[in-house]
Amino acid sequence: MAAEAGLFAIIIALFISLVQSIVPLALMRRGGPAAAAFVRQAAIGQFVFIAVAFGCLTYAFVTSDFSVQVVAANSHTLKPLLYKVSGVWGNHEGSMLLWVLILSLFGAAVALFGDNLPDRLQANVLGVHGLIGLGFLTFIVITSNPFTRLINPPADGNGLNPILQDPGLAIHPPFLYLGYVGFSMAFSFSVAALIEGKVDASWARWVRPWVLAAWCFLTVGITLGSAWAYYTLGWGGWWFWDPVENASFMPWLAGTALLHSALVVERRHALISWTILLGILTFSLSLIGTFLVRSGVLTSVHSFAQDPSRGAFILALILLSTGGALTLFAIRAPRLRNGAPFAIISREGGLTVNNILLTTATATVFLGTFYPIFVDMMGNDKISVGPPYYNMTFVPIMVPLLLAMPIGPILKWKRDDIRSAMGRLKPAAYACLVAAIITLVVTLGHNVLATFFMAIAAWLVFGSFAILVHRTRIGSVPLSKSFWLARTTPLAFYGLIIAHAGMGVTIAGITGMTNWATEKIEMLRPGQSLQLSGYDVRLRSVGDIAGPNYEAERGYFDIARRGKPFAQLYSERRFYPVRQQQTTAAGIRTNLISNLYVTLGDPDGKGSWAVRFYYHPFMPLVWLGALTMSLGGFISLFDRRLRVGAPQRSATGLFAVPAE
Amino acid sequence: MLPARSFIPLAAFLAVAALLAIGLQNDPHKIPSMLIDKPTPDFALTSLTGDDNGFSHHDLKGNVSLLNVFASWCPGCRVEHPMLMQLAARGDVPIYGLNWKDRQADSKRWLAKNQNPYARVGLDESGRVGIDLGVTGVPETFVIDRTGRIRYRYPGPITQEVWQEHFEPLLKDLRGLQ
Repeated sequence: MAAEAGLFAIIIALFISLVQSIVPLALMRRGGPAAAAFVRQAAIGQFVFIAVAFGCLTYAFVTSDFSVQVVAANSHTLKPLLYKVSGVWGNHEGSMLLWVLILSLFGAAVALFGDNLPDRLQANVLGVHGLIGLGFLTFIVITSNPFTRLINPPADGNGLNPILQDPGLAIHPPFLYLGYVGFSMAFSFSVAALIEGKVDASWARWVRPWVLAAWCFLTVGITLGSAWAYYTLGWGGWWFWDPVENASFMPWLAGTALLHSALVVERRHALISWTILLGILTFSLSLIGTFLVRSGVLTSVHSFAQDPSRGAFILALILLSTGGALTLFAIRAPRLRNGAPFAIISREGGLTVNNILLTTATATVFLGTFYPIFVDMMGNDKISVGPPYYNMTFVPIMVPLLLAMPIGPILKWKRDDIRSAMGRLKPAAYACLVAAIITLVVTLGHNVLATFFMAIAAWLVFGSFAILVHRTRIGSVPLSKSFWLARTTPLAFYGLIIAHAGMGVTIAGITGMTNWATEKIEMLRPGQSLQLSGYDVRLRSVGDIAGPNYEAERGYFDIARRGKPFAQLYSERRFYPVRQQQTTAAGIRTNLISNLYVTLGDPDGKGSWAVRFYYHPFMPLVWLGALTMSLGGFISLFDRRLRVGAPQRSATGLFAVPAE
Repeated sequence: MLPARSFIPLAAFLAVAALLAIGLQNDPHKIPSMLIDKPTPDFALTSLTGDDNGFSHHDLKGNVSLLNVFASWCPGCRVEHPMLMQLAARGDVPIYGLNWKDRQADSKRWLAKNQNPYARVGLDESGRVGIDLGVTGVPETFVIDRTGRIRYRYPGPITQEVWQEHFEPLLKDLRGLQ
């Protein structure tokens, strides 16, 4: 019954989204507040019915109803409850349902919390949002119905792919979708602005928190994905420039640019048409990401079962949405009033540089991801684009961006003087020099690149604090006054400092991993040990273990450093009988600065096992830095100036230094 | 009068969309090989692992076999690897490996990590033999009959479905012929 109820709920949601998109576009001129109220109800209704459908599918998974095809193909009675639930989105159909659920959640949020939006803008935003929902609900009903029944249900299910049975991956897709589906808000607001033909300050005040929220979630989602790949795939890599990773990274880059350009719109009313364009492009990149993962156009390590007919459908949706939005943009954008002029050396100038570099970076990743398809069309050569391409294109574009990151926020709006701005950053420059010297000494002068990037990391971290010092005038006014200044500094400003410093931490992590990670593989008998980077790793014993739905061989390791016992770790080789699949669970010891990583490989049948041991200095910093970035974003979200309904500029005290 | 430059984003987008549409049409598995039903080109490669005495076209005669082209830098190879391990465990058909455009140290490490399904693995660092075979990308798999002729070429990772649909019937035929 649940499955039928679910399908019914989806179809109702589909019709609701239809009226939700028709009403504002057709009736708004006459209907006024009544039409707006209707659209609000529709957006909430759409969410409720999709939530019901999602609940029905979850119910089918939890109760192991194998007469539902998706459940039979992806679940199993012996699976732990957590993975029965995460199995809901561990497959194409269910993950699309999660996709529209989150889409409608954002729509409902605009309906519920958008009281202070002008009726017309709100109705238009929800109308556009309804159109996106309509497209994807149709997609689900026609090509990806999660509620299809089987005529002969099997006695037990097929099980979930064991590498997906992991707590990190259970929560990774919801975060990722909250991120890139969240950018749909930017899209709906951009298109609504184009329909109305005007952008006012309330528009930007509305768009920015949504973009920021989506960006924070996406950052967490990407971080979780990277950490998951690190510890489950068992080869200690954390980023592969794989098409599916790029699919989430491109909206992140574009979203980061959007975040910053929306700021210029809000504060200075400039870069308006550019911001609208970015809003459209960011969400389009999310759609293209969805297309990439599901169409089979590119092969990848972690994509869903692929089907060209689904790809064609999504491509048609992209054509309609992005194509339609860009057509509207071409017609309407020239009419938008563009705001105040600014000097090149100014906060606006800095944010423009940020946008140019981030957009270029997005373009290089886009090119790298799709290049294999382009080449494929030119001749019939199939190629893979790997890390060397990105090292040569993406990294050089990021370097000036990283260098500019502390400078931008310290510049004044409208016009500033670069020399005095750099003066404010002098302490950070010294820190940068110290970091360079330390790295040079530690590496005995051999590693110039590592030195360079460590200096950049220090520049980012200390530069961010220099911005705070500058703002609170520590040292140049009495301490009590600095304290008062710090207290009255808006949260968004702290968000900026924290997020930018987090980037520095990530850069330090990447640099450390790239230059100083070591690894060793040896065949070991129990009792034997291997040595690497000052660690002695002894395989103590190997025993058999039975997990809830797998059997495993578990290797116990004693790790000693400089002769003293340091840690005990274990690693498992798991075998999942349902899927006939083998996975590795690595033993990882972290002190949040570096990781020790050991895995038990295959036995040679003569009493030895292949043992891999990695020493990964600074690895955790990559993720800690990324989480710090999203923490900065979340803190910024709590700024009362961004709070929904807050007046345009709340008092920030006498020192109204623009603060983001 | 609308300025032409406001149409630039739309034009760029339409170009990309057109490419994606063509990409969708273009089934990567349907490139014909010039070498179907021709003998494999002559080659003699050094052994990747050092466990065997190298790998040459002579090894491909006498038995129906698979020739799998792989590289440690290729994500698709990681995807199909468990399938190859299953096939090797079943032992129905010997799998020979051609390690293509790769560094020996990298691919040795890769095989140590992921286990080695291959009866023999040749090291084709320069990609020379791959060119002779008409390899267009990795992974790619050839079915070789008893006389050492190429009977089938499959570009892309072998999955359970691909195996059942394309390989199993052909292997049955080839064995039945003798």
